Amino acid sequence: MSSFLNERRPPVFCPGCTHDRITKELDRALEIMGLPADKTVIVSDIGCSGLFDTFFNVHALHGLHGRALTYAQGLKLANPELNVIVTMGDGGLGIGGAHVLAACRKNMDVTLIVLNNFNFGMTGGQYSSTTPTAAVVGSEFLNHAEIPIDICAVAESAGATYISRCSGHDAKLAETFVEAMGHKGFSLVETFGMCTGRYTKRNPLTPKVIDEMIAAMPRNNGPVEKNKRAEYGEVYRQLALEKKRFPEPVTIEKLIDPAAPKREEIVILGSAGMRIVTAGDIVCYAGMTAGMNVSMKNDYNITVLRGQSVSEILISPEKIGYAGIQAPTVVVAISDEGVQRRRSMFATLSPETFVIKEKSVAIPETPARVFEVDFKESKVKRHDWALASLGLLAKEGKGFTFEMLSHAVHARFNEKVAGIAMETVEKMYRS
Amino acid sequence: MALSFMEGNEAVARGAMAAGCSFFAGYPITPATTVFANMLKMLPPRGGVCVQGEDEIASMGYCIGASMAGKKALTATSGPGLSLYSEQISFAVGSEIPLVIVDVQRLGPSTGSATRGADSDIQFMRWGNTGGVPVIVLVPKDALDCYLLTVHAFNYAEEFRCPVFIASNKEIGMTKESVDLDAVTLPPLVARKPYRGDAYVPFEAGPESAPDFLPIGGRDLVRQTSSTHGPDGYITIDPGVIEANQERLQNKILAAEERITLYEENHRPGADTLVISYGVTSRAVDDACAHLEKKGRPVSSLTLKTLWPVPETLLLKAAKSYRRIVVVEMNLGQYVGEIQRVLCGKKIDFYGQMDGILIKPGKIMEVIENE
Repeated sequence: MSSFLNERRPPVFCPGCTHDRITKELDRALEIMGLPADKTVIVSDIGCSGLFDTFFNVHALHGLHGRALTYAQGLKLANPELNVIVTMGDGGLGIGGAHVLAACRKNMDVTLIVLNNFNFGMTGGQYSSTTPTAAVVGSEFLNHAEIPIDICAVAESAGATYISRCSGHDAKLAETFVEAMGHKGFSLVETFGMCTGRYTKRNPLTPKVIDEMIAAMPRNNGPVEKNKRAEYGEVYRQLALEKKRFPEPVTIEKLIDPAAPKREEIVILGSAGMRIVTAGDIVCYAGMTAGMNVSMKNDYNITVLRGQSVSEILISPEKIGYAGIQAPTVVVAISDEGVQRRRSMFATLSPETFVIKEKSVAIPETPARVFEVDFKESKVKRHDWALASLGLLAKEGKGFTFEMLSHAVHARFNEKVAGIAMETVEKMYRS
Repeated sequence: MALSFMEGNEAVARGAMAAGCSFFAGYPITPATTVFANMLKMLPPRGGVCVQGEDEIASMGYCIGASMAGKKALTATSGPGLSLYSEQISFAVGSEIPLVIVDVQRLGPSTGSATRGADSDIQFMRWGNTGGVPVIVLVPKDALDCYLLTVHAFNYAEEFRCPVFIASNKEIGMTKESVDLDAVTLPPLVARKPYRGDAYVPFEAGPESAPDFLPIGGRDLVRQTSSTHGPDGYITIDPGVIEANQERLQNKILAAEERITLYEENHRPGADTLVISYGVTSRAVDDACAHLEKKGRPVSSLTLKTLWPVPETLLLKAAKSYRRIVVVEMNLGQYVGEIQRVLCGKKIDFYGQMDGILIKPGKIMEVIENE
């Protein structure tokens, strides 16, 4: 096999820099694997490791600091045939730590090579997430107050399926890369190396010292049995295959020609659990069965299971412009929480506004026509009060007719649920 | 005629599917979440990929990777997420990576109000990239626009090889309404222009156009970089090469200004005032103008659907015969400055409101009438 090295762009690392050796070993690994160049991409990070993509005759993507894994995974998801290799320094590891954790958890078939040389070489030798506490670096004393991260230990607990830590001077480095790239799933190879330009000047670090450091650390050299599982993309595609049904838009046929279509502004004031949004849907469907334009704004508490639930609905024969409520024609007040939310509205209602008020609910003074209903006495359960109110509105000829409502209920629910819902609606309609 | 019933966010998702989008990555955030939820229902049955990133930055990174592999990619967020997108947006702008970004705006600044709408990010979308390179921002006024403009957004993203923003708003994104999908004619779909020669240079292009595209993973090797680069995709410090590329990034958008300009206008005979607005506010403006017309006070309206690049030609032409311009925005005044710049010398009145509620037609009438 021939080299993948880009002859027009030879490596430009400082003399003695371990990155130089890693470049050659990565090339040897690619040769051994015989990967097709056009199905291989090197995604590089920022810093000296960010130069890697330029040295190889494969596809290349050089991105922002710490984000290399995000591009790599996007590429792999979009094109599962790609062999994706990421080079990242200890700087990228620190700034993009969340992405490393996520990559370990996802287990996408991407190989991450962390070129750890214990400092930010390119910007002047500041401390990084892997700098030893006692090291002398460009950040004065700051690293003395922190401890370095052991990314292999972190990756193992985050679920990585292949982890290897080795010296950048290891004679078998290319073989390690081959094994990592051959691993189906996320593989992380951490190499320890020397930054001759910045770090080793002030810190005694030689290949021998690196070997001793690695020997003193927990051993990581291959597949992680306890994390073994299927590759993310394969799992995703298998799960996605089961999703066969494309959700077509909800479409309501015009079935009724209303005699005198007019604009209605309907406000339903309820609480979480009272199926206010469902009732709003039904009102909109009712309008649409008469060929009317509709709009619905909902207001509910972010905690979902408590607080107000308010639905504001417009029904109009004209195209709807401003989608807020201006002059309600109908107000349904079925909970104090909902009423409180629109308290100031009541004084502004017109005498023609039709207000349905449940007996237990208190409303502010209003010039509107108030119709009190005792749902409790009628034995309507609280979560059906909104639906039951719609039956009353149809009975009073407010907002929509019974026929429109009936079509809407049948369009909104399946046959069984629609049958039960219609019992509630009819009970009030006929009351 | 059968009407569909959907919220703006669903309409965006349907527009994306109609445009041939096959990749979505996003991170949950109110009020944009249901774009993601809809894409997650729609993409798998059509063979697409929809993933949740570990954060917004990752989501944009996934989209960038997928786009470079040749996919039409979409993401959606709100203000706080857009802040996190910023570095990746710069990458996509500077490195000519097609993407569509939906910003379902909420009230800012910062965490702001998750469930309250405002057109908070109009200037942020434009200037949220390092380098100040022009971007394209489209703004829908209703669910139907969400559907239609998303298709335009994908087309522009493909043609100009850049991120294109949809400046939606909670008040459109999460409001359900009846939509006549059959009434809309979608533009013909634009495909990313592939390189046809035999010596691919990734960023070689005419002075006012985007480079032809080849995907990472195709037969020809592709170089992509976030750094300042020459046509070959390698880092450069050559001032001439840098300058030419910066100018091209600017010109490819600005030279196409008129073609990118989408709008609606309603010139009423006898009107001396033109109201300029965009987004959900335009609907209240329409109501206000219709009401004033009934009262015998005709007022014209211009609804902008392209905010960036600033539709200067349109503004000059539309405003020409009017004595007075009124600008209404659902913020404290973000776009009015652009209008003042373009229409300098005109009498321009402004009304802005950013309190979590929609601007009412009555308020707009008051602004128009109380000169």
